[in-house]
Amino acid sequence: MKSAVVVFPASNCDRDAAVALEQITGRKPHMVWHADSEIPDVDLIVLPGGFAYGDYLRSGAMAALSTAMRDVIDKAQKGVTVLGICNGFQVLTESRLLPGALMRNAGLKFTCRGVGLEVTETQSVFTRKYDHGQRVTFPVANGEGNYFADDETLDRLEGEGRVVFRYAEGENPNGSARNIAGILNETRNVLGLMPHPERVVDPLLGGTDGRAMFESLLEGLG
Amino acid sequence: MKARVFVTLKNGVLDPQGKAIGHALNGLGFGEVGEVRQGKLIDIELRESDGEKARSRLKQMCEKLLANTVIEKYEIELKP
Repeated sequence: MKSAVVVFPASNCDRDAAVALEQITGRKPHMVWHADSEIPDVDLIVLPGGFAYGDYLRSGAMAALSTAMRDVIDKAQKGVTVLGICNGFQVLTESRLLPGALMRNAGLKFTCRGVGLEVTETQSVFTRKYDHGQRVTFPVANGEGNYFADDETLDRLEGEGRVVFRYAEGENPNGSARNIAGILNETRNVLGLMPHPERVVDPLLGGTDGRAMFESLLEGLG
Repeated sequence: MKARVFVTLKNGVLDPQGKAIGHALNGLGFGEVGEVRQGKLIDIELRESDGEKARSRLKQMCEKLLANTVIEKYEIELKP
């Protein structure tokens, strides 16, 4: 499986993503600078966490307009698998590859801790190696992770099995609608989630619950 | 021509920052303060003298970048 990680000015989880990808797929990902006009021919594109462009205007808004993102959008529409983590999720909603928006946390505080999640959808290239309903712990680290969409959109996401991760009962750290932590696009090749699976791939770093996502991708994308 | 764009959260979208500002004002003794909603103000200088054209271009700017219309609404004010 060939992968690429897009690096924006003020991305700060790009190297974590690269380490996770290399550890699990055995291949170093291409690191693609935001100003590059083309993403190499890969099976998976990762938009990492961080504060791209200093979160100016709105988190993800400037990054969504970068030259690299034009090609990401093009490739995503052609079916290439795209994973957006945290700030990457914000970039995906701002670029309209995913519906809804990530708003300021309901409690106003930046929240950085492990949270319990439920894997609510395993019919996806990202989660096929998890069990349906499996409880996992991923860290969250965000100030604007409060997922919002109108009721019609939320109903559609749920009806089409596109809510992949939910915060477990009592664990919602940011006020996200219907405890949504991660969603798929309509064609199921784009996933955005606020928690960080790439930070839990090594027992030395506090857990391995995130490994199954990268193993799923490796199995699904070869 | 100068323009001023106001970007605010749509009605019904929770505004935790506005809420916190309201509470802080109450705490400072401004007991008359009820609901507070906050937003952004963006001043833009335009090389355009036709008001109609300017407004239509500003609308595009709002839709494409200045506002996220999933959660925000905008108002445009022109100052000749």
